[in-house]
Amino acid sequence: MSTTTAPVWTKARVQPGALARLFDWKPFLAFICLLPAVGLLLTFLTYPLGLGIFLAFTDTTIGRRGVWVGLENFEYLITDPIFWGAVFFSVFYTAVATIGKFALGLWLALLLNQHLPMKSLLRAIILLPWIVPTVLSAIAFWWIFDPQFSILSYLAIDVIGIRETPFDFINTAWPARFSLIAANIWRGIPFVAISLLAGLQTISPALYEAALLDGASAWQRFRYITFPMLMPILAIVMTFSIIFTFTDFQLVYAITRGGPVNSTHLLATLAFQRGIPGGQLGEGAAIAVSMIPFLVFATLFSYYGLARRKWQQGESND
Amino acid sequence: MTEAVLAKSGNTATAAPEAMAWDSRSRRVVMLYVPLACFLIILLFPFYWMTVTAFKPNAELYNFTEHNPFWITSPTLDHIYLLLFKTSYPKWLWTTMLVSVCATVLSLVASTLAAYSIQRLRFKGSQYVGLAIYLAYLVPPSILFIPLATMVVQLGLFDTPFALILTYPTFLIPFCTWLLIGYFKSIPYELEECALIDGASRLQILRQITLPLAIPGLISAGIFSFTLSWNEFIYALAFIQSSENKTVPVAILTELVTGDVYQWGALMAGSLLGSLPVAIFYSFFVDYYVSSLTGAVKE
Repeated sequence: MSTTTAPVWTKARVQPGALARLFDWKPFLAFICLLPAVGLLLTFLTYPLGLGIFLAFTDTTIGRRGVWVGLENFEYLITDPIFWGAVFFSVFYTAVATIGKFALGLWLALLLNQHLPMKSLLRAIILLPWIVPTVLSAIAFWWIFDPQFSILSYLAIDVIGIRETPFDFINTAWPARFSLIAANIWRGIPFVAISLLAGLQTISPALYEAALLDGASAWQRFRYITFPMLMPILAIVMTFSIIFTFTDFQLVYAITRGGPVNSTHLLATLAFQRGIPGGQLGEGAAIAVSMIPFLVFATLFSYYGLARRKWQQGESND
Repeated sequence: MTEAVLAKSGNTATAAPEAMAWDSRSRRVVMLYVPLACFLIILLFPFYWMTVTAFKPNAELYNFTEHNPFWITSPTLDHIYLLLFKTSYPKWLWTTMLVSVCATVLSLVASTLAAYSIQRLRFKGSQYVGLAIYLAYLVPPSILFIPLATMVVQLGLFDTPFALILTYPTFLIPFCTWLLIGYFKSIPYELEECALIDGASRLQILRQITLPLAIPGLISAGIFSFTLSWNEFIYALAFIQSSENKTVPVAILTELVTGDVYQWGALMAGSLLGSLPVAIFYSFFVDYYVSSLTGAVKE
């Protein structure tokens, strides 16, 4: 009896078709799953990266295939004061904006880490400058920086009365540079603050209790507990911030377009101006490629930041 | 000596709680609420100014002596009317929406599959694929737009929405994959093992077990992708030429800024309307957004 029922039971199980078995075969499935992402990234990221480096060594213009000219583009750029101006402003912009963003962002994170009413609403409001399209908030800043109808000039002249003439925000070199940096800091604070807040919340209160029992002052608690515990996350967020500030394009393009007299060009805006409207694709690519050493440096910084984090938390390197 | 110490300690013991309570309250106001209020005012002021300008008639806009610039005495919809009916603004909004949704869907599908295979199928070298995708996130659009522009022209995609739909995933996929790998890691592998024993195929497991559990992660990745594509500027500026195919950020800057006199009212109305969709979208999912932002940083 039982010997007759057993085969029936096994036959009831349907053998999957060849296609289904193929999709269940791990190497094939892994390949298929990776194909869209890796394919898109290889075609539209890796290939253009190589093509960009190649273009930097040619004299391609829009509508004409270039020929290999070796280092000519770079030799020309080395003698070009506008290029060096852009290098200087990119470094200056990144340095000052990063310091400003992190100082103010850390302060805001420390404030938000206290017990506050309506905490989640506050966080939501604070992130607004970060999620609104940069160009659109940049246009608002452009209007705030208007030479004639600036609201800040109105405040200074008519309300507080500390000035006689309107502020000159974007019509001369140095004020324009600092106005752009201010707008960048404004946009960057929320991201830094919310990321660092997440880092702050992972610090165990026990550490602070222990420090209080040992009689540590508020500054000592910050210096010897908060800051070292925050260091790993700080390193990662800072790397991202440095990379995206250094290669920033939108703010400068929207507010000054590199003016007055090329004094606020970043490398990205200069590359755009020479490459797309100017048509000198080879030269634009050379300017863009000259950003790569800085990015490699920032990435290595990120890698060592990550490595130290794992070592600190005693995790194995998985 | 001992009496003096005792008296002193007794003194502080009685006086301390009151003094400290007052001290800590005023201290809290000065150290916490005042700086916080300053931060909020500075972070929100540009939006307030945008809104006020968008609804102000021109007469008030350029006359600070007779009208208080911080307030509107006779609000008007002229700028919005101008924007919606005299320019192609609705068309630009539609293009931006189309591009953002398509790019988001494309990147979500690609990065879900990639994250699943890296995190769960665990083939040889999967870590390195994950690391490579992470490194791709560190390549900024600013160094890719010139070679991409030549590619887009060669592929015949110049000035079409496809140019943007296909290039946006380059910065969306790395981020989403990274986020979803972290999310898949949090789903217990035992559930999948159970299904495997029950005879489910890998694809069935992905569709019926892993994906439903990963919905919060997918939502966060979707919001991120949508806001990033909505905000994208440099590709849209470089690859699109004709007025009607432009996205909102590019169109406002290149189509509304005409001549030497800027239409500030219309510009601000355009910025406000262009920011609203992301702001509304974001307000629905703010918790996902914050948790994914902080989660991704912690990963």
